[in-house]
Amino acid sequence: MRPAGPAATLLIGATVIAVLPVLLPNEYYLTVLIVAGLNGIIALGLNLLMGYAGQISLGHAAFYGLAAYTTGILTATYHWPVPAGMAAAVALVLAVSALIAVPTLRLKGHYLAMGTLGFGLIVYIVLNEATGLTGGPSGLGGIPRLSLAGRPVTSDLAYYYVVWAAVLLCFAVAGNLVRSRLGRALRAIHTSETAAAALGIDTERTKIGVFVLSACMAAVAGTLYAHYVRFVSPGTFGFAASVQLVTMVVLGGMGSLWGGLAGAVVLTVLPEVLRALEDYDIVVYGLLLILCMMYLPGGLVEGVDRLWRLVTARRLRLAPPEDPA
Amino acid sequence: MNAKAGAFLWGEDITLHFGGVQALESVSFRVKENDLQTIIGPNGAGKTSLLNVITGVYWADRGGVFLREQPLTGLPAHAIARSGIVRTFQNLELFSTMTALENVLTGGHLLFHYGMRDWCFRTHRFRAEEAALREKAEAALAFVGLSATADTLAGNLPFGSARLLEIARALAAEPRVLLLDEPAAGLNIRETVVLGDIIRRIVDRGITVIMVEHDMDLVMRVSDRVLVLNYGKVIAEGTPAEVQRNPDVIAAYLGEV
Amino acid sequence: MSDLFQYILSGATVGATYGLAGLGFTVIFNATEIINFAQGEFVMLGGMLAVFAIRWAGAPLPAAVLAAVLGTTTVGVAMDRLTVRPVRGRSAIALIIVTIGVSIVLRGSAMLVFGKDAFSLPAFSAGEPLSILGAALVPQSLWVGGVTLGILVGMKAYFDHTIAGKAMLACAYDRKAAALMGIHVENIVSRSFALSAMVGALGGVILAPITLTSYDVGIMLGLKGFAACILGGLGNPFGAVAGGVIMGVLESLTAGLVSSGYKDAVAFVILLLLLFLRPAGLFGRAHAERV
Repeated sequence: MRPAGPAATLLIGATVIAVLPVLLPNEYYLTVLIVAGLNGIIALGLNLLMGYAGQISLGHAAFYGLAAYTTGILTATYHWPVPAGMAAAVALVLAVSALIAVPTLRLKGHYLAMGTLGFGLIVYIVLNEATGLTGGPSGLGGIPRLSLAGRPVTSDLAYYYVVWAAVLLCFAVAGNLVRSRLGRALRAIHTSETAAAALGIDTERTKIGVFVLSACMAAVAGTLYAHYVRFVSPGTFGFAASVQLVTMVVLGGMGSLWGGLAGAVVLTVLPEVLRALEDYDIVVYGLLLILCMMYLPGGLVEGVDRLWRLVTARRLRLAPPEDPA
Repeated sequence: MNAKAGAFLWGEDITLHFGGVQALESVSFRVKENDLQTIIGPNGAGKTSLLNVITGVYWADRGGVFLREQPLTGLPAHAIARSGIVRTFQNLELFSTMTALENVLTGGHLLFHYGMRDWCFRTHRFRAEEAALREKAEAALAFVGLSATADTLAGNLPFGSARLLEIARALAAEPRVLLLDEPAAGLNIRETVVLGDIIRRIVDRGITVIMVEHDMDLVMRVSDRVLVLNYGKVIAEGTPAEVQRNPDVIAAYLGEV
Repeated sequence: MSDLFQYILSGATVGATYGLAGLGFTVIFNATEIINFAQGEFVMLGGMLAVFAIRWAGAPLPAAVLAAVLGTTTVGVAMDRLTVRPVRGRSAIALIIVTIGVSIVLRGSAMLVFGKDAFSLPAFSAGEPLSILGAALVPQSLWVGGVTLGILVGMKAYFDHTIAGKAMLACAYDRKAAALMGIHVENIVSRSFALSAMVGALGGVILAPITLTSYDVGIMLGLKGFAACILGGLGNPFGAVAGGVIMGVLESLTAGLVSSGYKDAVAFVILLLLLFLRPAGLFGRAHAERV
């Protein structure tokens, strides 16, 4: 069975998303799904960076946080209109990520990982220390609601649709990117930067481009977060959060757009399901990362794929063997 | 530096060393347009280093490479590709997770330039240019005889096909100069004959080819001119017949098959 | 003036631990070209295991220190055997993720077993702080200096004068060649993990009496240790320790003279500046990729 074409996928996805709230037992699950959607947007972007372009970022939560704080500060403290705050937040992250990308993406492997990690921690420290601006460790509250076409989005249900519409949009854009010459260039860079450059691909510019794109996607999610929770604190955007995002991408399956999304949903929903585990979740994350890398490097997507082959292969074995040509 | 008469791709006084090792010493060469120039020499003579200098992978300590009047020295690798100089690699550098067709499509990266707006909204320009690119890619695959493997993952191809795929990928870039780094390495006799045939057909299309090779049969059979390196220095240059008779060349190769 | 000297002294003391963490990074990198993201947890384990050997088993201090170092070394070897070896040949990302996973597991387990509180270890020798140029120097600082020097001397002797040490360096230069020379590469790698766990644990143990230790000190220590070893030149053991001391001093001066909240940022700013501005200096043993 061939996978459904992109348009069909989006249609099916949209239908599922539209219908899902009806099936949920109570409103709380909407909150979980909203957060899953936000994580999904970031994971989609991070997947493009890690799975397709083959880079790594251990500080992506910093972009999430920068955007959330920027729109929060502009709208709560300086009373900017919400759309302006959100736009400014994404613009700021675009600028910062472009700035940091230029020197950082010249690094490779471990140095790149450390560089992004260091950047993420610096942002976290600044968020904690610039108390006058950010409210310090206690955070910043009173952030106004998101409003669309002049009307504030008040119900969780409405927000759920807003966030998941954004997810679908990002998924569509990412899908189009992957099936374009830029997508090929990314995958080329991942496998062999030397060969990619020899074919005329400006590897540096391309890597910077996808880094900035993934940072902006995290920024979009950040603004949606801020105007939903209406409160931001540094703890949400630290190293643990960055690691969680990487886990989502790895666990879901790098190199497939579905992977990032699946990982985000699973790892957002799972802790809710495993409420009982409380403090154990941090160990579980670590174990998931290790086991995934060791046994299922392609993540959930690979797992599903293998399972599918197992099932279909079983059915094929019942058919008589073909004559060799 | 003055452009030598008739010189299409030429280099002057190229010198390169790594730490204590002198890879290239004062190498000068001239390639005529639409020629097939082969570079030979014992192992470690600096052949691949010279290719790497031409394509911008290494930057020479001294000297320069020129395409007619245009200096290529100091340009990054992708800029040199944009000048129309494309190469293959001694140790294959295929995009193993992509199919053969996708590899060749990537080869044609420079042929079209649709932008973010186009791929994001799948505009008419996007569709038209992708279709045109696909046609060219399929033609390149057909040229080397790999049409049947278009949808095979490059990493799964048998070695001989993989070598040809790299050539198809380079051809998709519609280069003016094609650099082949030991294209026959690891190929059996039959595959080498097919390769030689393909290379001559490439030259027939008007492309200038520079080839680094060890297989003397192939070299003597297809080359227009031969450049011989030893210990990073040029020791002979001329037609295959001239080079074959050159006593310095024979001495350099004595004992090596 | 004496304030300044105080900052420098206390900074150098903490910096020695950064240096030992950095030394641990260097040892593993020298043998395997892997950056072990769990290095900081070795330092944490050193301190924590010693604390709990005393609390739970009533062990006398020297025995607790020994137990902590041996325990952490075992963890290091286990990490290599169970998690690193299976993913050896894979991409840098795979290795990075695995070592991050291990660091998370170690940290999380420490939290579950030891709780979230901060603990301190008794000083190795009793005594009043000495006064040098108006700055107070606790006796433990002398222990820190002494142990660090001792480790450095030991390392130099190991790498320069023993076959085992040279074999470890050989593995880093060229695994295949080393294997062909009869060097059992996998054992060397395990040994390098053991060595760096040991060194990290010692760093944690000697510092615990001065600063408190808890389950989450590992991240910061690890990162600062990494910055230290980059500062000193990746692959250079002496450099790592020197880098650590320099960083500790800079950090301490920032805390004292500028603002204590931002002191942690110092290490990362230095790290980023290094990575961006002196890339040539980082690849001291650079090898060109053969294409």
